[in-house]
Amino acid sequence: MKSLKVWLFFLLMGMFYEGIAQDTSDLMNLLEKEITSTKDMTFYTTATFKTTRLVNGHSVENVAKGVLDVKISHRFGNLNEGFYELFGLDKATMRIGFDYGITNTLMIGVGRSTYQKTYDAFFKLKILRQSKGKRKMPITLSYLPTIAYRSLKWEDQTIKNYASSRLSYSHQLIIGRKFSEGTSLQLMPTFVHQNLVTSANDPNDLFAIGIGGRQKISKRISINVEYYYQLEEYKLPGTTNSLSVGFDIETGGHVFQVHFTNSPGMNERTFIADTKGLWDKGDILFGFNISRVFTIRNKR
Amino acid sequence: MRKKILILVTFFFVTLSTNAQNFITKNGKISFFSKTDVENIDAVNNQAVSLINSQTGSVAFSVLVNGFLFKKALMQEHFNENYMESTKYPKASFKGSITDMSKVDFKKDGSYNVTVTGDLNMHNVTNKVTVAAVILVKGNTVSANTTFKVKLDDYKIAIPKVVENNISKTIDLKVDCNYEAR
Repeated sequence: MKSLKVWLFFLLMGMFYEGIAQDTSDLMNLLEKEITSTKDMTFYTTATFKTTRLVNGHSVENVAKGVLDVKISHRFGNLNEGFYELFGLDKATMRIGFDYGITNTLMIGVGRSTYQKTYDAFFKLKILRQSKGKRKMPITLSYLPTIAYRSLKWEDQTIKNYASSRLSYSHQLIIGRKFSEGTSLQLMPTFVHQNLVTSANDPNDLFAIGIGGRQKISKRISINVEYYYQLEEYKLPGTTNSLSVGFDIETGGHVFQVHFTNSPGMNERTFIADTKGLWDKGDILFGFNISRVFTIRNKR
Repeated sequence: MRKKILILVTFFFVTLSTNAQNFITKNGKISFFSKTDVENIDAVNNQAVSLINSQTGSVAFSVLVNGFLFKKALMQEHFNENYMESTKYPKASFKGSITDMSKVDFKKDGSYNVTVTGDLNMHNVTNKVTVAAVILVKGNTVSANTTFKVKLDDYKIAIPKVVENNISKTIDLKVDCNYEAR
């Protein structure tokens, strides 16, 4: 009888022990094992920049599929124009643009700038996406071709003017990387072609290399810098390199970008090939971009 | 004779304890809702991993935060970037147990109202939660449902002033999992 009691005790102990063991370690181990199967997943980096523009030029970001991004941008006059022009605030050029995401890697956009009454259109295609996990990719690579049409009346109406002379094109590669939650950098080698330039000796083509980045200073505010260096042998006379410094301020569906720049233009040709101001002379303009997104087609 | 009984009884218990099994799902559905006068926000994650041990009643959930899908892409981005900080804290989990296991018979079809209590971890904060849940046993499958409220403040998820009218301070969490015997 005693042996039966001992046997029963051990049997119960065994069951109890088995229960505890399964409770604490086995279940969690099993769960962990199931989760490690997610190692086969690829995680794409998101939010490299807050919006599709850095300041004047494009960032490596796209608008998501089915999302319309309405962008209204202003550049005021030069700060060094003094109090009479209220430090440039009396003058303004603006651009209104509509960007739309066809897929998560392809977006299109159109815009109209008051500067030289320019219409512009572009598409931006993500060729590579920064990712980790199963598929590792250190950078995001985008291709951005643009076309712009100057509709400003010809200065000299007496000569034969061609409609094609109003056109200019640019091709840009954007190589970007989000280094950490707050820091992202990108390089933008760019080719600009203008069908018509001011004088016969001016080159129609030019090459520029852009460099830009952002550093977050809080969850919703970042500092952005953007610089376009024109290769000397292609640089048009009287033009300077575009340098811009700004802030991104994000509030729900809006992104406000406020900045200082020496470029009054807001499409690739104008700010890369047609910037004339110099920062050290005080030819600095205050400006802002407002981005408001509308979800046209639900994500799911 | 006694030995025979002993062997029989041992055999019985052994088969019983091996019969106790884990119920598992890899595509559990976890969704949440925020309702305010300004807007309603909802998101769903269909890849929650969960286990129930039908012997001990212990329950575990784990979910990847960046797996929540929103209707609006920007909301999803902000959810990950600003609110849940999913790069820093990629997972949310729950470890707990069914406190009234005696009510549930995993071998008998039926609907059982139970109480689940345990630790809910998200955004690197762990809180004790107790929720009412329903376990549905049908043949070899088990499903579990629950809806409960979570206060964002309890998990140190801050809502900035500009959107404080858009996001509810209390979020409704809904769990809907269909388990298979393992």
